[in-house]
Amino acid sequence: MNSSEPAQPPGPSPRPAAATLEFRQATKVYPGQTEPAVDHLSLEVPAGELCVLVGPSGCGKTTAMRMVNRMIDITEGDILLDGRSVKEFRPSELRRQIGYAIQQIGLFPHLSVAGNIATVPRLLGWSKERIRARVEELLELVGLDPGATRDRFPAQLSGGQRQRVGVARALAVDPLLMLMDEPFGAIDPINRERLQNEFLRLQREIRKTIVFVTHDIDEAIKMGDRIAVMQRGGKLAQYAPPAELLMQPANRFVEDFVGSDRALKRLALQRVRDVDLWKAPLVRVGEPVIEARARAADSEVPYPLLVDDEGRPLGWLSGRALAGERVDAEFTSRAEPILELEDVLRDALAEMLQEEVQYGPVVDDRGRVCGVLSIEILGHALKTDPEQVPHGADAIELVE
Amino acid sequence: MILELAQVTIHNRSADDASCVADNGFCPSWIADNFGRYTDPLLQHVYLTLVSLAIGFAISFGLALVAHRRRWLVGPITQITGILYTLPSLAVFFLLLPITGRGNETAIIALVAYSLLIIFRNIMTGLDNVPAETKDAGRGMGLTDAQLLWRVEIPLALPEILAGLRIAATTTVGLATLAFFAGAGGLGEQIFADINFKSNVVTAGGLAVLLAATLDALILAVQRATTPWARARSA
Amino acid sequence: MTAAYAVLGQFGDAVRFIFEGETTREGANVGGSQFLDLTAEHLKLTFVAMGIACAIAVPIGLWLGHVRRGSFIAISVSNVGRAVPSLALIAFFVAYLGTGFTNVTLALVLLAIPPILTNTYVAVSQVDRDTVDASRGMGMTAAQIIRRVELPLALPLIFGGIKTSMVNVIATATIAPLAGINTLGDPIINVSGYGDTGRLAAAMVVAALAVFTELALGAVQRAVTPAGLKLESDTASRRMRFRPGREATT
Repeated sequence: MNSSEPAQPPGPSPRPAAATLEFRQATKVYPGQTEPAVDHLSLEVPAGELCVLVGPSGCGKTTAMRMVNRMIDITEGDILLDGRSVKEFRPSELRRQIGYAIQQIGLFPHLSVAGNIATVPRLLGWSKERIRARVEELLELVGLDPGATRDRFPAQLSGGQRQRVGVARALAVDPLLMLMDEPFGAIDPINRERLQNEFLRLQREIRKTIVFVTHDIDEAIKMGDRIAVMQRGGKLAQYAPPAELLMQPANRFVEDFVGSDRALKRLALQRVRDVDLWKAPLVRVGEPVIEARARAADSEVPYPLLVDDEGRPLGWLSGRALAGERVDAEFTSRAEPILELEDVLRDALAEMLQEEVQYGPVVDDRGRVCGVLSIEILGHALKTDPEQVPHGADAIELVE
Repeated sequence: MILELAQVTIHNRSADDASCVADNGFCPSWIADNFGRYTDPLLQHVYLTLVSLAIGFAISFGLALVAHRRRWLVGPITQITGILYTLPSLAVFFLLLPITGRGNETAIIALVAYSLLIIFRNIMTGLDNVPAETKDAGRGMGLTDAQLLWRVEIPLALPEILAGLRIAATTTVGLATLAFFAGAGGLGEQIFADINFKSNVVTAGGLAVLLAATLDALILAVQRATTPWARARSA
Repeated sequence: MTAAYAVLGQFGDAVRFIFEGETTREGANVGGSQFLDLTAEHLKLTFVAMGIACAIAVPIGLWLGHVRRGSFIAISVSNVGRAVPSLALIAFFVAYLGTGFTNVTLALVLLAIPPILTNTYVAVSQVDRDTVDASRGMGMTAAQIIRRVELPLALPLIFGGIKTSMVNVIATATIAPLAGINTLGDPIINVSGYGDTGRLAAAMVVAALAVFTELALGAVQRAVTPAGLKLESDTASRRMRFRPGREATT
């Protein structure tokens, strides 16, 4: 290293601190209107969390988001970024520290993908080398092949690719905070699901503070660490983690907004591995029936579960199967559904209802029984402390 | 004071192809021999066109930038430049005579006046057509108004702007053929000098058409070179 | 100050020349009622040329636009039309066909066709495809679609083309005296008979004529705009623009 310029490591840049964000009685009244678009909104987003602003159209959610980077000026109250009022910054300086992604993406059609991502770094006067490395890093981060996409124009990309470039551009200077306005709104349902999952995985890595606007409650529940439900007139109806929102809606409006299937939505937040399973009364062929009965009596599950030598489930034992002296495989009933640890509780419930059973054996990734899920456990799960329910990036499946 | 127009008849009619020339015919050999007499008018024509275009563009661009910030000015500017566009250049040459006299100045003022609306309107259209979400994204990323204008809006408006310039260029070449009425010479003077002589009319008129086509092609080439993304879209 | 008065004086003389005329040293009466004759000839030439141009260009443009084909022709015509200087066009006609009313008219017809044709084509082909599709679905024939749907929707833009052409023809008719037709260009080109005042007067009349035509046809254009379109006109006028091969001047 004989260069006088400080060398920029081409690898991942050091993790920046994410900012806390606080709305403090923030209010917006548009000129010529008497009703506020956002009415004394107060909420706090801890650093590294994703806060979803959700509500019907006209509830002021986008206005609230756009007040953060002063695209819309605050009429009354304040918004604090790491404790410092956004009003203290020059708007353009403030915005350069805040990532901004919108539904229409707004890529610059006249700039290549690299040029789009490099916009703010260039404004900040980064060196060419540093910009190049950063563009490469970001494209990989959002799952695009740098070699194939770097020099393309937005018109040459698919909708999903454009959205990824939009996210990469918003992340370009490692912002303290990201604002996202219906970023997946214009994408078809299948790709939206994929992008949501990808983004949650990305968020688990980068842990930015994010304000995410959507009108889709399912998206809100899926993406949010915390959800702010807003209602007409720009009023905050409830601010809570997803599980709490679903189980303890603050008022009739929130209850209606989250929908009558909120219990099911709530179950969609948890996976089989997240709940305490019952210990299965396992028996093998040839074991004394007495012992099998005793094991079942000991367990919360009324029937012994027959497994093979590897511990994989063969079937439930009942009635005639327990009439003899030794356990016989002949009269077992099917063990379906066989559930996996990574299954979402809602899907597990659906499978159990489908098979018309109360209990389902749960197997680990090698197919060995590690417990039993029952309708009763699901009932319990709905009552667990909402704070214990994983959300947002933590809820996303670990295996790909 | 009566200003006589230059009713110069083409000299040197006694060329090789005497009968063709005497019949006012189309005589390639005469054209070849006398091509030199068209060089200066052509250069003068180019001069009038380019100077008028440059001034017209500068004024229109300035007006457009002002109107871009203050939208209420769009209407009045369009109306005023619209009247200038409607006034026949030939009439304007003579309306200006009492004020500016004969010469290049008068011709250029008239040509500039005519081009303003075309260029102004295209610049405005180009700027207006920049997608709102692109501007929103730019502002959201922290571009100042000036940065947004020069880095996003003007580059994206470039195809429309240059399209306006192309139209202005071809029209100005055409109108500059009348500039000799203002005493500013040009190819029109040659056409007018002997309007019955086919060789003369075809050569001078042809040069004017050629000049228009060349300018058009040049600006088109600039447009292609400076807006690679526009082709990516159609590809 | 005196210079300004001198200039004003010249314009004042020109106005008097138009309305009262004057007698030259040779004893000939120029200006005054003579201007009525020149204006009449000017307008006659303009209307005949415009009539023929419309009769040719509008049907062709309607048809090309209806079948949405021939955009290349419609656009090339306007590009070529713009590249040929009007003086050169008149000169070609005089040199090859000679002088006379018919020849000048023909030259002006050629000059007038491109904007009308291109505007008509663009106007019709821009009519919303869904609207045309709905008309077809309702059982309208091609002729009915053109007459009842496409033409009314295209009318404002067609008149825009007619306006552009007409202003252009009025301007170009000024050089018709080169071909022996005594229009308002006569005092301009044959300046010896009228003097500087006569020439300035003629320029004023021609300019007034052009502006009047622009305003009058602009009013017609607004009158023929279907009420439903006026509501959209704010966005529509933004869509209409100058473009090579796309006249669309409003």
